[in-house]
Amino acid sequence: MSTRTPRRTRAVPPRDDPEVGDPAEELEEHISHPDQDGQAPHGRRERVETNVIGQRLRKTDGLAKSTGRARYTDDISLPGMLHGKILRSPHPHARILSIDTSAAEQMAGVHAVVTGAEMPRSYGIIPWTPDEQALATDRVRYVGDAVAAVAADDEDTANRALEAIRVEYEELEPLLDPREAERRTDVQIHDPKKPGYNGNITKVVKLEFGEVDGEMDAADVVVEGDYFFEGSTHTPIEPHCAVGLWEEGGIAGTRLTVWSSTQVPHYLHRELARVLELEAARIRVIQPAVGGGFGGKSEPFDLEFCVAKLAMKSGRPVKILYTREEVFYAHRGRHPFLMKYRLGADREGRIRAVDNRALLDGGAYASFGLVTAYYSGQLLPAPYEIPAYRFHSTRVYTNKPACGPKRGHGSVQPRFAFEVQLDKLAERLDLDPIELRRRNFMGEDRRTINELRVTSNGFLQCLDAVERASGWKEKHRRLPFGRGVGVAGSCYISGTNYPIYPNEMPQSGIQIQVDRSGRVTVFSGASDIGQGSDSMVAYIAAEELGVPLESVRVLTSDTDLTPVDLGAYSSRVTFMLGNACIDACRKMKALVQQAVAEHWDAKPQRVLLAGGQAMDGLDTSRQMPIAGAFNLAEAKYGTLGATGSYNTPKDVHGEYRGGTIGASPAYSFTAHVAEVEVDPETGFVDVKTIWVAHDCGRALNPAIVEGQMEGSAYMGFGEALMEQQIFKDADHGRAGLHDAPSLLDYRIPTSLDTPELASLIIESIDPEGPYGAKEAGEGPLHPSIPAIANAIYDAVGVRMDSMPFSPPRVWKAIQAQKEMEGREGKAVAAD
Amino acid sequence: MKELLTLRINGQTHEAAVPSHFTLLETLRYVLQLTGSKQGCDKGDCGACTVWLDGRPTLSCITPVHEAVGAEVRTVEGLVGLRTGSGTPHPLQDAFDVCGAAQCGFCTPGILMSAAALLEENTSPSRDEIRDALSGNLCRCTGYTKIYDAVEMAAERLREQGERGVGR
Ligand code: FES
Ligand code: FES
Repeated sequence: MSTRTPRRTRAVPPRDDPEVGDPAEELEEHISHPDQDGQAPHGRRERVETNVIGQRLRKTDGLAKSTGRARYTDDISLPGMLHGKILRSPHPHARILSIDTSAAEQMAGVHAVVTGAEMPRSYGIIPWTPDEQALATDRVRYVGDAVAAVAADDEDTANRALEAIRVEYEELEPLLDPREAERRTDVQIHDPKKPGYNGNITKVVKLEFGEVDGEMDAADVVVEGDYFFEGSTHTPIEPHCAVGLWEEGGIAGTRLTVWSSTQVPHYLHRELARVLELEAARIRVIQPAVGGGFGGKSEPFDLEFCVAKLAMKSGRPVKILYTREEVFYAHRGRHPFLMKYRLGADREGRIRAVDNRALLDGGAYASFGLVTAYYSGQLLPAPYEIPAYRFHSTRVYTNKPACGPKRGHGSVQPRFAFEVQLDKLAERLDLDPIELRRRNFMGEDRRTINELRVTSNGFLQCLDAVERASGWKEKHRRLPFGRGVGVAGSCYISGTNYPIYPNEMPQSGIQIQVDRSGRVTVFSGASDIGQGSDSMVAYIAAEELGVPLESVRVLTSDTDLTPVDLGAYSSRVTFMLGNACIDACRKMKALVQQAVAEHWDAKPQRVLLAGGQAMDGLDTSRQMPIAGAFNLAEAKYGTLGATGSYNTPKDVHGEYRGGTIGASPAYSFTAHVAEVEVDPETGFVDVKTIWVAHDCGRALNPAIVEGQMEGSAYMGFGEALMEQQIFKDADHGRAGLHDAPSLLDYRIPTSLDTPELASLIIESIDPEGPYGAKEAGEGPLHPSIPAIANAIYDAVGVRMDSMPFSPPRVWKAIQAQKEMEGREGKAVAAD
Repeated sequence: MKELLTLRINGQTHEAAVPSHFTLLETLRYVLQLTGSKQGCDKGDCGACTVWLDGRPTLSCITPVHEAVGAEVRTVEGLVGLRTGSGTPHPLQDAFDVCGAAQCGFCTPGILMSAAALLEENTSPSRDEIRDALSGNLCRCTGYTKIYDAVEMAAERLREQGERGVGR
């Protein structure tokens, strides 16, 4: 593992500060230098004036969703469609000795049965760790691992057919505890990469920046803590679903279509081709409306391969809908983390060194785990200046469902521990925790110690906003016993500079077409999973081309029709797709302006497109309906269309192994204050309010941004207090069995549980984001958990370093505290 | 085994051959193609399948279809036009759109049916009353905040309508 000390932290050279010029001149300049390369269309930090962007507008699919018209994957039914079911392993770890499907195949109503032998090629979302198979061929690694699938006339017949499949297993010892998996080599969940390696380890990352030991030794205060972050899962309300259709039809017609509730149609497309050994050009992936993802649908799952193969075998369309229980086993959620953290600071509270270790419980497969192992350390060195930093993270396999990316992938866990560490530091130094954070603020336009390029940074404004809104100064350390407030901050990426598989092509693309009626059609390959990406591109098209929002139609996520977008993950969509859409629209706009200008015998930069009209900026009485302007352009240039793309800067990352992971074109910043009431008799924590301030660069639609902030804070709150993705061991039932695979027992917050959520949008205007925008979908989750932990401390004086902060744990901590105080009291009395 | 059943749904009479063990949700979605009502869990935990049975919010995934025979069923598709006149979305449906109360939208049909039932009884609900009415409907996207805003907005519109005597 490479470990090296990089260059000292340095500031990014200041960007030119362009003067605000004459809009007509800017327009002219824009037309003569259209953004052909798809790069940052603004590159400046002033807020650009907009008509549509920044408004609280309806979403393009809002009414379809509220009237029941929106079509999700399970709403699709095709003529002759069969229903598929998947046979799953009852053992957490076993060798498959034989699979006999003959009885199932002969059952009436069964049309196809498939096993792993028919699609043995391994795959993985990360190309370097292809350790999964569509259906296991020789080993199962968790209860729920898929081994065979059937397609039948209906679900009941399919379920009966599964019962008729005979699988002979040789049970192997399961490893459920990550510490055991790390230590032991006599049981190996995967084959070691090389002789001498431990096959239970996915990835070890050790990185060191600056003089950690020296700085730590020189620190006035060192705070040390052991933390445990419990695993949790996404539980989108829509279970995963896929439909496969195989059509044989000669030279161009033979093809496979898969509809899936995926967040990553492009990656699914690639993996289907790989596993089914079909040309990608013969596969079409369509993503209908998705009923929530949160990272839980961001890689291929067994059901997509199975519907495809079963459709190919039976010649009929096949649908598989996961049961809710299967969704819990499909998982790919938050990794449990065991953390050992050290933080050194000077007397004024300035951080000198951070030294962190983490053990990540990854479950049965790698999933995104290679990235998770890096993110567990790479995303921590902002928004605070950390002059010396080391992290050492190990991700291990265990015989449980695979963990993966859940909202705030890999960085929510370290953020919890670190922000609690900061609270302890403030306590030790008798400093206000908000003031302590201000003192350590890194500033704008800087490189972090691990060389992440941070540009816009509104973290201080976030702190100010939550301090003010929460009444922090009157509350912190001032509320009566049982009540308290806590603060925490965080930072997150707006997409990753490097795609999952190395390539030079754009990360996002948009195609637009204008119609003679004045309608604009936007073809977007991005996945709207509820976050509003379809609406976002519609707003941009309306803004740039001056058409009313009703005249924009967005067609999405169909690999036959729409350009590639890499998917809804890593908070990349607004930033990347938004820029691609601006790029496409401005190319189109230039044509329209030119054509109208010729018609009017004026300069093109005088032609403004807004409010459904083309008008002369210097003589607004000269106008024409936008359709007329489009028609002039079509007459002049022929059929109208434009493409736009966005690719990330490839020159801003750390010059060390792993230095590209965590590199993002922009970072969002967040601060939360949580107010809690703790009942010392029961340990019940009642979170009253969470104030969420988030620097999203610029809110393209504030209502949607607030929705992301509230949803994030809600999800963090659920993790903090209620949720546990845990499994039984042999002493408590059958080893590897999910403890609570239902929405009743795995408790996600209801309306009655959820605190008041107050959103405070901060706009730092990012120099490279679309109109200055950055992400808002994941960052605002991070501080919820440590803010609540810190508030519990303020309320009752106990540190909650292990999650969740459930009544028994909080109660025990309070009891332990009381006992200690009692002993101390006695000791004092005895003196 | 299929049976021929007569069902009243959204004011219309449907005759359909329904497997006799089907739930109301399966019947709506897979027999009648009324796919607005969603299945999030199929065991009564999430509320996505909520419909009205004689005006009462009911979990259709745990309601045998037989229980719906002879009752008036209303689904999210049938909220359109209720209190507004034919073809116009219910004030709640519109308010959900205005407020951004539907993110992924999968919980939305069920939440709308619970909220609409509340508004049938009470057009001035407090936040706590709204919270109570929605406590059986899980939403994983919104944190519920925008949903409360939308219910309050719809309540206000219904009150205005009531004053003007529209739609009643
Ligand atoms: S589907 Fe009926 S309660 Fe979940
Ligand atoms: S909007 Fe997605 S679950 Fe409620």
